[in-house]
Amino acid sequence: MKILVAVKRVIDPYVKIRVKSDNSGVETQNIKMAMNPFDEIAIEEALRLREKNWATEVVAVSIGDDSSQETLRHALALGADRAILVRSGQVLESLNIAKILKKIAEEEQPDLILMGKQAIDGDNNQTPQMLAAILGWPQATYASNLNAHTDGLEVTREIDGGLETIKVQLPAVVSTDLRLNEPRYASLPNIMKAKRKPLDVRELDSLGLSLKKHIEILKVNAPAVRSGGIKVESVAALLDKLQHEAKVL
Amino acid sequence: MSTLVLVEHNNQTIHPSIRNVLAAALEVDNKPTLLVVGHQCKAVAEQAAQLAGVQAVWHVDNPCYEHQLAEQISDLVVSFASSFDVILAPASTYGKNISPRIAALLDVAQVSDVTRIIDANTFEHPVYAGNAIETVRVLDAKKVMTIRSTAFNPVTGSQEACCIETMNQEFQPQNSQFIRHELSKSERPELGSAKIVVSGGRGLQSAEKFKLIEDLADCLGAAVGASRAAVDAGFVPNDYQVGQTGKVVAPTLYIAVGISGAVQHLAGMKDSKVIVAINKDEDAPIFQIANYGLVGDLFELVPQLIEQLKNR
Repeated sequence: MKILVAVKRVIDPYVKIRVKSDNSGVETQNIKMAMNPFDEIAIEEALRLREKNWATEVVAVSIGDDSSQETLRHALALGADRAILVRSGQVLESLNIAKILKKIAEEEQPDLILMGKQAIDGDNNQTPQMLAAILGWPQATYASNLNAHTDGLEVTREIDGGLETIKVQLPAVVSTDLRLNEPRYASLPNIMKAKRKPLDVRELDSLGLSLKKHIEILKVNAPAVRSGGIKVESVAALLDKLQHEAKVL
Repeated sequence: MSTLVLVEHNNQTIHPSIRNVLAAALEVDNKPTLLVVGHQCKAVAEQAAQLAGVQAVWHVDNPCYEHQLAEQISDLVVSFASSFDVILAPASTYGKNISPRIAALLDVAQVSDVTRIIDANTFEHPVYAGNAIETVRVLDAKKVMTIRSTAFNPVTGSQEACCIETMNQEFQPQNSQFIRHELSKSERPELGSAKIVVSGGRGLQSAEKFKLIEDLADCLGAAVGASRAAVDAGFVPNDYQVGQTGKVVAPTLYIAVGISGAVQHLAGMKDSKVIVAINKDEDAPIFQIANYGLVGDLFELVPQLIEQLKNR
């Protein structure tokens, strides 16, 4: 079985982001970047499936400019066998990312595509579902547990009221939730080894896709700032404020 | 302009967030249609028909839809998508699972977590864990969106039931299958729609001590939430989690106990009307957004709070 894992380079989750003064987006110059945390979980799960001898090959794929090679090298250092970068300088929307991944999936013929449930920059939570749709494959989103069988996967999904377990036949798209696993760290020898693993760079234009723009970003604003509150001295003072000032009790 | 709203339900009761999604639908179209798909869910269709402003309810009832798998529901919606310009679903795990699949099958974009409708093509939604608000214009003729329910005031009025149209399109599950549910049982109000939410974090130290949060919530008739740290530590199940990766809430009163206030948590609660923080670290980031802060040991302060609430 071959697993394709899609990974995205995003602003490090611990960085406090700043909206650009011209409202065209957020500052990304000289900002620490990292692999999207949900994608690290996807890589980890793929590696575990390989360690259980269910999967034989783990291929990481990313779409972006040359800096995304760093993210793919990280995936290789964690243990992915090889990587593919689809090089593109433009910011792509979910549907077009899904179309690019579909193209790669058609070439690679994986049995399973693992991806994070959402990227922490756009917070869209769309690409896995869109990819499954256009491939005509089943989807299992928000996976918190995964049991691999020869004919499919039993996936426990985190839903609003608790958990739901479904079984999907292969090939399928699975998106990972936070509690699926605890991603490993890359060891120094593995980081060195990763430099020699194959990383295939493809130009987006060479894939023969005609991608249409569906969404135009008009502006990006900082959210309204909450006015600073006060500290109260005692429980009695707090209850008094809640009752008489805020009038919420 | 015609709008379809996917109704989330459990085959018996309509999900409260649908009232908020309906409010959003009414901002783009004064004659929205509600779609109720499921098995033996006639009661849900009847509830939907009585919500003020609903023009029609389409009711698709078949044993194959008992568990509403994404593949089936999206195929079903696409089968009559030609009748609609706008397709809306709540931005819950239900809506987020299905809505992008519908959009991709229609070859159109999907806008996630819409918090404001500016006009029929222009929408606002939060990005970067709520630290930026993006305004987008959708260029496709057909709009598919999920609605952040806490950003719209629910439709509370009722009307004389509108027409319920029964349809019988059948999409049997093909390559996916429902196995089982493990739902958290709770007598308390639902987290997403509660007026008061009391949340606990890592500061609670253990599952046993987390009961203190539940006692406080019960005094206030509140729902119980948690930070990711409390969930990861195993104090409470994951569906209690408030934040970027959990639930987004906007109650009248949010009480954060033993929660430092990481950005991912703030993304899930910073639109609450009044925020109270109880924390022993006076520099905790939660105090920067809290209307009222109380610095001290929660194991002393919360029992006092419970005591004084009981004596009120």
